[in-house]
Amino acid sequence: MAAPEHTGVPLLELRDVTKSFQAVRALRGVSIALRAGEVHALAGENGAGKSTVVRIIGGEHQPDSGEVLLDGEPVRFSSPREAQQRGVAVIHQEPIQFPDLSVAENVFMGRQPLRPGRRIDRRAMHRGASEVFEELGVPIDPARQTRGLSIADQQIIEIAKALVADARIIVMDEPTAALSAVEAERLFRVARGLAERGAALLFISHRLDEMYALCDRVTVLRDGSFVVTERMDDIDHDTLVRRMVGRSVEQLFPKRDTEVGDEVLVVDGLTRAGVYRDISFSVRRGEIVGLAGLVGSGRSEVVRAVFGVDDRDSGTVTVNGKPLPKSKPRTAIEQGIALVPEDRREQGLVLELSIERNASLARLKQVSPGGLTRQSRERELARTWGERLSLKFGRLSDPAATLSGGNQQKVVLGKWLATEPSVLIVDEPTRGIDIGAKVEVHALLSDLAAEGMAVLLISSELPEVLGMADRVLVMHEGRITAELSRDEATEESVMYAATGNGSAA
Amino acid sequence: MREKLLRWESILLLLCILVFVWGSASTPGFAETDNISFLLLDYTEVALLALALLPIILTGEIDLSVASILGFCSALTGVLWDAGMSFETIVPIVLVAGAVLGSLNATLIVKFALPALAVTIGTLGLYRGLAYVVLGDGAVTGFPDVYRPIATDTIPGTFLPYATLVVLVLGVLVAVVVHYTPVGRSLYAIGLGEQTARFSGIRVQRIKFVLYIVSGILCALASLVYTLRYNSARADNANGMELIAVAAVLLGGVSIFGGRGTVVGVASALLLMAGLRNVLFLNDVTNEIQNVINGLLLIVSVLVPVVANLVRRRRTPAAAATPGAPPPQETLPDPVGATAAPHGTPEEDQR
Repeated sequence: MAAPEHTGVPLLELRDVTKSFQAVRALRGVSIALRAGEVHALAGENGAGKSTVVRIIGGEHQPDSGEVLLDGEPVRFSSPREAQQRGVAVIHQEPIQFPDLSVAENVFMGRQPLRPGRRIDRRAMHRGASEVFEELGVPIDPARQTRGLSIADQQIIEIAKALVADARIIVMDEPTAALSAVEAERLFRVARGLAERGAALLFISHRLDEMYALCDRVTVLRDGSFVVTERMDDIDHDTLVRRMVGRSVEQLFPKRDTEVGDEVLVVDGLTRAGVYRDISFSVRRGEIVGLAGLVGSGRSEVVRAVFGVDDRDSGTVTVNGKPLPKSKPRTAIEQGIALVPEDRREQGLVLELSIERNASLARLKQVSPGGLTRQSRERELARTWGERLSLKFGRLSDPAATLSGGNQQKVVLGKWLATEPSVLIVDEPTRGIDIGAKVEVHALLSDLAAEGMAVLLISSELPEVLGMADRVLVMHEGRITAELSRDEATEESVMYAATGNGSAA
Repeated sequence: MREKLLRWESILLLLCILVFVWGSASTPGFAETDNISFLLLDYTEVALLALALLPIILTGEIDLSVASILGFCSALTGVLWDAGMSFETIVPIVLVAGAVLGSLNATLIVKFALPALAVTIGTLGLYRGLAYVVLGDGAVTGFPDVYRPIATDTIPGTFLPYATLVVLVLGVLVAVVVHYTPVGRSLYAIGLGEQTARFSGIRVQRIKFVLYIVSGILCALASLVYTLRYNSARADNANGMELIAVAAVLLGGVSIFGGRGTVVGVASALLLMAGLRNVLFLNDVTNEIQNVINGLLLIVSVLVPVVANLVRRRRTPAAAATPGAPPPQETLPDPVGATAAPHGTPEEDQR
């Protein structure tokens, strides 16, 4: 049944909402209207303010100014619980459930049907869960334990939860990031069904093709500001990208043509049981190789094993012709590998240590002539790289935690460039940093490649991979499913291989 | 400068001075050379154990078996001496025994990735038990007069006991390693972010392993001093001393969670505790009351930074939510913000 009140009062509306965190303005004058029966896309780069919008709708944050309207009435959700009670459900990228409880118990968590004496009516619970799954057209056994379900199934459970709670406004925060094509398809079918029943959906994704496939309308945010709301049919792909990015693609990805030289990093037959197998590739001097794939396809695990922080079962890694022993990060550093890890806060930096101490951490020998560490040397090292990367900081003795995300990433990059590597592996180098810093990081990678460094770039953002890489490797479920030249690599060809349809490399 | 003056180390030093001034003023005999020597000597073993513990706690681990290693080594010394072995042979054997016990801890904690707290509570009992197995209930005495003065006498013409000199030398050594070497830098990095340390090529496991072995050796050394000082090798030597040592380290401003603390702080805490113990002893305050006071000091030392943090957070509620912003404590001119300095701003603490 199509929702009749398509053009009526929006179910939920944000009007001119502003939100700041201390000095950082996360949202400035953002308006968005979610209508019954519509799937609304929220588009924008990392750091554009999408998650803040989600948190405000979900009641985690309260706007500083502007208003939230529910059925046309101003409301103020003081907590996530209150938002849930008013019919808002947020489905996260990686749902949080009780793995030891049954599916039905998770679906009815907090609203279990009761028998007299406040005992839980298990039978009614299982029946209810079965009905919901039937409605969704997804066969999941309500009695089974939640542990071991795929992320896709866990998301369905979240949606079932939302239905049981009579949610009318459903927010899906990057639900497809870890899904295969088939699973995403199923999710879209469910989402469509929800909209047809009269719910208002907000859908967040990095993949533009998904927005076109699923959504009716799109709102674009950039740097925390509202840019535009358009019907999906009225905005073409290129315009949408331009609205999101606010500058031309050439500015965003300042790729330089470089002289590609000899093979620097050669990986052959790398295997780890159950994680990845038979990974072989090489990176040459002056080349940027992109490693694409879905979240969980094993990209980070591969580079961690190459660098040696993780073990590997078999396979060889060679740097500049010299074989690299496994599980020896220090040797890897000495032989010229640098890894800017995926998790900046847990793996890249010691947040409570000062900037200068972080900068020298991978190069302690260099700042310790005669075995004694000199603070002056540390400071010198940090200052050199800080200047080179135009780091914005108060004092070099301030903890790294005081820096913004982009500047933290620069410290990590500086720390690794200080080791004078011949291979630089960067894992999601621009995740969670603002556009300005992003452009700087891209320019830096281009410069480094032009200077003859071999760069291996892992990114979940397809435009970044396509814009920066000379060659793209695509992984799916622990295997390399495609190797594409710069000309062959398109959003379609990469996604095709990333979802398991590629020919072997 | 003000920040520096209000650091925990400075407060400790001030308390030390207070205790010593108060001691000399109120207690006859306190300020006498002999008494000062005794006071220092009395804390030799605790100081050695604290030096063993400091780097371990900096990495976020713990070793509660230190006093039991001391006990075992003391018992071993007794048995070997009883069996007629020369003291010159016993010393290396005992030191090796300490290293072996330490490496057993290390193997369980590092290789099998077991929690250090559980492991060393286990070996605390185990090593002490082994001490009784080796020596039984009795005591061995009669250690050679040639060596005993090392543990009991002062350097001629000074109030400084030989044993304290050993502690001082080792203390300086530990301070240099902890504050001025790549290994030292690594200790703090491991304590504050073990994953990042690993990703930076720091050999976390190897460092931890070595720390436990060094700890064992220092405990063995402490056992030799203890045995000679009391001229008595017993299985229950230094029973419960691990808690005094841990207390000294924490009172010295070292964070039990790792990554914060200085050798100067620990040294001040040791001096403070030794001085206080001596004053109370001279005033006939019982051991039990002394324990109460030591316990209170320890609780205060861990409580102060927490309370200061709470107060600070209440004043600037957003500070906790957004670590991206500059730290507010530097702009807070009030004394409460300043007492937050104890366990201090990280860059001060790790120097």
